[in-house]
Amino acid sequence: MPISAQLINLMAALLLLIAFAMLSQRRIRSLIYLFGWQGAVLAANCVIVAWSTGQGHLYYSAALTLVLKVIVLPLILLYLIRRLNVQWDVETLINIPTTMLFGIVLVVFAFNLSLPISQLAGTITRSTLGIAMAIVLLSFLMMLTRRKAVPQVIGFLAMENGLFFAATSTTYGMPMVVELGIALDVLIGVLILGIFFFQVRGAFDSLDLRHMEKLKED
Amino acid sequence: MAYLESFSYQLAQTLIVVVIAPLLLGWVNQCRAWLQNRSGAGVLQPYRVLAKLFQKDVVLAHGASPLFRFSPYLQFGCMVLVASIVPVIETNLLFAPAADVIALVGIFALARIFSALAAMDVGTAFGSLGARREMLVASLSEPALLMVFFTPLLIVQSSSLNTIVDTLAHREFALYPSLAFSAVAFTMVLLAENARIPIDNPATHLELTMIHEALILEYSGRHLALIEWATAVKLTVYCALGIALFAPWGMAQAGQWQLVPVAVMVLALKLALAGAGLALLETLSAKMRIFRAPEFLGMAFLLAVLGMLIYLLLGA
Repeated sequence: MPISAQLINLMAALLLLIAFAMLSQRRIRSLIYLFGWQGAVLAANCVIVAWSTGQGHLYYSAALTLVLKVIVLPLILLYLIRRLNVQWDVETLINIPTTMLFGIVLVVFAFNLSLPISQLAGTITRSTLGIAMAIVLLSFLMMLTRRKAVPQVIGFLAMENGLFFAATSTTYGMPMVVELGIALDVLIGVLILGIFFFQVRGAFDSLDLRHMEKLKED
Repeated sequence: MAYLESFSYQLAQTLIVVVIAPLLLGWVNQCRAWLQNRSGAGVLQPYRVLAKLFQKDVVLAHGASPLFRFSPYLQFGCMVLVASIVPVIETNLLFAPAADVIALVGIFALARIFSALAAMDVGTAFGSLGARREMLVASLSEPALLMVFFTPLLIVQSSSLNTIVDTLAHREFALYPSLAFSAVAFTMVLLAENARIPIDNPATHLELTMIHEALILEYSGRHLALIEWATAVKLTVYCALGIALFAPWGMAQAGQWQLVPVAVMVLALKLALAGAGLALLETLSAKMRIFRAPEFLGMAFLLAVLGMLIYLLLGA
């Protein structure tokens, strides 16, 4: 196996590890740091793929990922939790081992699902598609198990990271226009959700999303 | 003659492991002291403690059965046996075919069961409390340990430690993400099995939190010395196992006696690094509540399973 393929496999494994760490992380601050690390690994993976395949546009994707997901978004999120005064919040997650077991089941499911697809692909990174799908599903699981608003948003962003990783591993990235569009969407999304946080807290005095259920009309 | 030669090398390796074990423990404690801005008792302190305990008389509780007196010798014997099986300096020694990694887990379990039985034997409250906690931790760490072993087993397609070490040490260099996962899981199991900080505090005598100390509360004199020594050997053997599975470079093969000095140097360096790393981990983390232990060991188990899955998917 060439060294670049080995490095890509290593990055994929690291991303999976970070996804599991996010699933079990109780502290909001550590969650944001983990998200930053995920972006950093993603950017590194992008650079390795670009270098080994000679796809020049992937360098731009890597730079975009580095700036947006490692620097800007974590800074915005850190600023938000400081302003919302929830930076030391600890979420009371019940039953982490069960969640983790369910996560393992999701990983097996994703691996099986991606096997026939990745056999059709001709890229050197094709075997990592299963891991990319697993990351998407794990982030989804994370959004399901959280009740607070900020971790849910981080789960959403992690899901986007998984999609980005899937795109790099199957087709060497999306066209530049699409990628720029998604990047802008994510940035604007986080800004709008940040405003939402303040609105939610203003209305319910808490960032716990269970209170939103009161809005239902019977 | 060849038989005598291989026997003497086996004896030498076992003796080296058993003799340096308290030194490793002292080194870990010294590193911890430095990290916590204390001056520490020096790396030789465990030897002094052992010498002191060996000189003291044994005080036995009323009603202690022969099992209570027999248990320290059995624990020490188990650890010496494991120390002779795990390849530390050379592979393919005399005792090496005696047990594969799965049987190794069994030998650890034998020692642990007897320590728990002996703790319950006298009938004090702390003894049985410690025994129950020990078995709780053990029942969770053992499957995790087996799972950790399965990834190298899959890569090498053999459960013999010698084959694993020989194959991993002499193959072409390749990155194995699955092995990295196993290594992290192994570190977590090592911390739990050796009563180190996130699970148990080896320095505590606070009744409500201790696990390992509660087990040996009734022991004194040479019995206590043997148990302490066995604990040190266990830590060393675990470090050696980790080195053998995840960083086996520099170990001498059978018959390459001229490589032995290099292997000894490399081993000393690796053990020093492992001890310093252990001290750093213990300084950075706080002791968990006992009910968080299943979570911690569940994480180790899942990491080991993930390692296996990644090996199956990526083939690396």
